[in-house]
Amino acid sequence: MAKTDIIIHDKKDNVGVIVIEKVAKGQDCGCWIMEDNSSSKVKSEAVIPLGHKIALQDLKEGDTIIKYGHDIGKVVKSIKKGDHVHVHNVKTKKW
Amino acid sequence: MQIPKSFLGFKRENGRAGTRNHVIILPVDDISNACAEAVANNIKGTIALPHSYGRLQFGADLELHFRTMIGTGRNPNVAAVIVIGIEPKWTKKIVDAIAKTGKPVEGFSIEGVGDIDTIAKVSKKAQEFSMWASEKQREECPISDLWISVKCGESDTTSGLASNPTVGNLMDKLEPLGVHLCFGETSELTGAETVCAKRGKTKEAQDKFMKTWSSYNDFILKEATNDLSESQPTAGNIAGGLTTIEEKAFGNFQKIGSREFIDVLEPAEEPTKGKGLYFMDTSSAAAECVTLQAAGGFNIHLFPTGQGNIIGNPIEPVIKLTANPFTAKTMSEHIDVDVSKILSREMNLDQAGDELIKSTIKVANGRLTCAEALGHKEFVMTKLYRSA
Repeated sequence: MAKTDIIIHDKKDNVGVIVIEKVAKGQDCGCWIMEDNSSSKVKSEAVIPLGHKIALQDLKEGDTIIKYGHDIGKVVKSIKKGDHVHVHNVKTKKW
Repeated sequence: MQIPKSFLGFKRENGRAGTRNHVIILPVDDISNACAEAVANNIKGTIALPHSYGRLQFGADLELHFRTMIGTGRNPNVAAVIVIGIEPKWTKKIVDAIAKTGKPVEGFSIEGVGDIDTIAKVSKKAQEFSMWASEKQREECPISDLWISVKCGESDTTSGLASNPTVGNLMDKLEPLGVHLCFGETSELTGAETVCAKRGKTKEAQDKFMKTWSSYNDFILKEATNDLSESQPTAGNIAGGLTTIEEKAFGNFQKIGSREFIDVLEPAEEPTKGKGLYFMDTSSAAAECVTLQAAGGFNIHLFPTGQGNIIGNPIEPVIKLTANPFTAKTMSEHIDVDVSKILSREMNLDQAGDELIKSTIKVANGRLTCAEALGHKEFVMTKLYRSA
């Protein structure tokens, strides 16, 4: 089993969660997809701490973030694959 | 793992079973707290449940107050109850409703007597109740006597990845054995509300859920002064990597596994449709939610946390689990079950669910939770609106 740095809930997700203390900028990260027990890789473009999200693809303003296979918010500032995804570039569609 | 078929509990007069054997001194209102606390200080083996309300409430808010008081007294973790109020009428209403369980209960009012003579009189009765309750022995009870409530707090993404699904795994394994289950947190299902509604077992349960959620959401939209940033998600949630309420909601929702709910309960309402999973309309604030679930009759609570919520309850033992390896290390005195090995894939959900079942049975048998050992007794009434 390859080392898991990132866990992805669902194959449809465009973000994954860091599950080690942090990933370094430029790190080749091993991803595990829970839904079908498959693996993939992504290169981190930022230092991202445990529990925070990484983009698995390029995303532009207005795009929808998918996690758990569901809509969890909208992109408000464009995001590159490997970037840190959080409150600085994603907002709720509710409230 | 072979799931245990029984636990050692306290059998009550109405057929329910308790995981604890408390004698409580319950003040009807804020101004009776001093008296209740003095009695609990005099008589060992009793516990006072002070709170902030109970005067000039009206309508649905007053009904909820009564339901919470009565349900707390009725909970099978409580062996006997003393109710103290400023005046006799509301006190009697609570006493009479608790008495229907068959457990010892007596009410006292302070007006026309004063604190000191009331404390003396109540202390004598409390001593009698405490010594009577101390004779009760744990007996073998079927696992279906467990009524398990769940609520998560200070969540982060590790909650949705691992600790909440661990609770879901426990639900999937224990529901077929006939336990009662309860989840709540109406506001924290926002974003996942339509997915959650589909888990209603009947059309009626689905519609009732959507009505409950919509009414809560309308209230929030009406009262909100901004986008609720720092309230939902909280600053702690954001530090832990949760970005939006939707993300928090889908994480939260993992706690019910693949179960369906059979009914939607009012806050503090006791379920009456038999075994299975219920949704209760509650606040998402930890102490308020657990207080309402305990008043609904639930006798053991599972509380997954990410960043480290430390809540307890005076009558319902609260078992904490976390999947966040930092929290498990830095706040170990608060964590009953560490499932952080799920993240490093050294443990799978099935194993984590089994570990949680083992801990739940241990606590049901009498092992203190971390929150109990540390003295956490948060008893917080939910207030719906201003008093008259």
